[in-house]
Amino acid sequence: MADVKKIATRQSYGESLRDLAEQYPNLVVLDADLSNATKTGTFKKAYPDRFINCGIAEANMMSIAAGLSTTGLIPFASTFAMFASGRAYEQVRNSIGYPHLNVKIGATHAGISVGEDGASHQCLEDLALMRMIPGMVVMCPADDTEARMAIKAALDYVGPVYIRFGRAAVPVVFDENYKFEIGKGAILREGTDVTIVANGLCVASALEAADKLAADGISAEVINICTIKPLDDDLIVASAKKTGKVVTAEEHSIIGGLGGAVAECLAEKCPTPMYRIGVRDRFGESGPAAELLHKYMLDGEGVYRQVKEFVTK
Amino acid sequence: MNNKELMKHANEVRKMIIIGTHSAKAGHPGGSLSAADIFTFLYFEEMNIDPQDPANPDRDRFVLSKGHTAPGLYGAMAERGYFSKDEIPTLRHTGARLQGHPSMQYLPGIDMSSGSLGQGISAACGMALGAKLQNKDFRVYTLLGDGELEEGQVWEAAMFAGAKKLDNLVVIVDNNNLQIDGPISEVNNPYPIDKKFEAFNFHVININGNDFDEIRAAMKEARATKGMPTCIVAKTLKGKGVSFMENQVAWHGVAPNDEQFEIAMKDLERIGEEIG
Repeated sequence: MADVKKIATRQSYGESLRDLAEQYPNLVVLDADLSNATKTGTFKKAYPDRFINCGIAEANMMSIAAGLSTTGLIPFASTFAMFASGRAYEQVRNSIGYPHLNVKIGATHAGISVGEDGASHQCLEDLALMRMIPGMVVMCPADDTEARMAIKAALDYVGPVYIRFGRAAVPVVFDENYKFEIGKGAILREGTDVTIVANGLCVASALEAADKLAADGISAEVINICTIKPLDDDLIVASAKKTGKVVTAEEHSIIGGLGGAVAECLAEKCPTPMYRIGVRDRFGESGPAAELLHKYMLDGEGVYRQVKEFVTK
Repeated sequence: MNNKELMKHANEVRKMIIIGTHSAKAGHPGGSLSAADIFTFLYFEEMNIDPQDPANPDRDRFVLSKGHTAPGLYGAMAERGYFSKDEIPTLRHTGARLQGHPSMQYLPGIDMSSGSLGQGISAACGMALGAKLQNKDFRVYTLLGDGELEEGQVWEAAMFAGAKKLDNLVVIVDNNNLQIDGPISEVNNPYPIDKKFEAFNFHVININGNDFDEIRAAMKEARATKGMPTCIVAKTLKGKGVSFMENQVAWHGVAPNDEQFEIAMKDLERIGEEIG
């Protein structure tokens, strides 16, 4: 994997906002004193008049974004996932979700790959929280290519959208021929013995795991689900019918995120033996991102071992 | 519009507050009645609005940050012609457009859904900033309860409004001195209100919020204020106009029963006759 290009999706976020600004003159970007970390500083540098620093006040920022959107602007409100979905949850629900306003939330530094900052900043619950808000589109792009496409799709979509980005550089999985659509998953690798449904940085882990599984004679189908809500039920059900076994892999709590969404879908439409790979109902901890991903078995090796155990038990 | 006409409209708004909450058997008459004169002034004299064109992008905006006093807002909107007064008794009924707290998804003319305290003032800041970013000259008004000032988000918004010099924003505090658990100074004292907003770089005006001359003068002063937002601290009487509700904390969030409804309507009929 040494020669694979790696880019943090937060980097893609900042650059995309800058690159799309001309095409979307109503786009404005808000941040809460983290523009250097969220990379909205890239936008701010190019379009200072369309950048609004709200200071360290995330709750206020979300309701400000709501007000801005009612005047015809398209605000992208940015902060860490912890504060966007956690601290400002009720503002997102009541100021943005309930009136179904055209606000986009760019949440960076999600998951344990935040690394050294530790559990207080490693949000593992955001997908669950945001998924529960009626009408909210929730996305978790896998790489630079998908992140850029998801941001553009969010700007074209009218309504509230939550997009999750990561701090750590992750392998580029998709090339520019990749076709992105909100609510549509993608089969990245066909297989017959087990389906691995992944998002975010776990997509690269799942592809690596599928290679290792193939060497053991296990044929894994890998599905990328960037849009957790609305979920591509048809794609997941079809694959579950084909392989008869489903594993989810995500940098999130196993409760309520991708694993939760897929479990809900399959329980109603196609009950299938399942295993959820993720953080198992505990808080994260400090450490370098790569070491934490290894410890919590979210890297290629970890996903491989868990899928193999599930398939062969 | 002269004060006599405004007083007549305000009295009709007060009747609708009583009719709505009585019909709903729920709701918040006390703070709706205290702010009825402010609602009336905004919708009949101050704001550049057209009930026939409620989504006009250049209209002035109103955000009821103290969303529980929706009966007062609905009364003013019906009186102004946004919808028929016949709809007032549907307040809080299943399927009604007149939700317990204002919802822009349900009722055209509501500029922002509100109800969770502290969020409306922030949304109003966003609207005011939106006007400035797009070089539009519409103004934004938001009404807060004095108890609402205990929400931390109010001060996040106040800091933002002052810092961004939102001089197209008017924050009105309905200072009726009572919140659901008692006098605001006993629950968690937000006084001095004026000095707090001054410290956040607002131009502050103290008025009697049940006096149209004072409301008018304050709004005029707000329009003339450049480079900073205005806060109007409006001293009001909770439950104003209904004898047994005036200055009674018990009427914060309780609806009148049939007998109380009759007395309240008689009180307001009498006031209407006195106005002439």
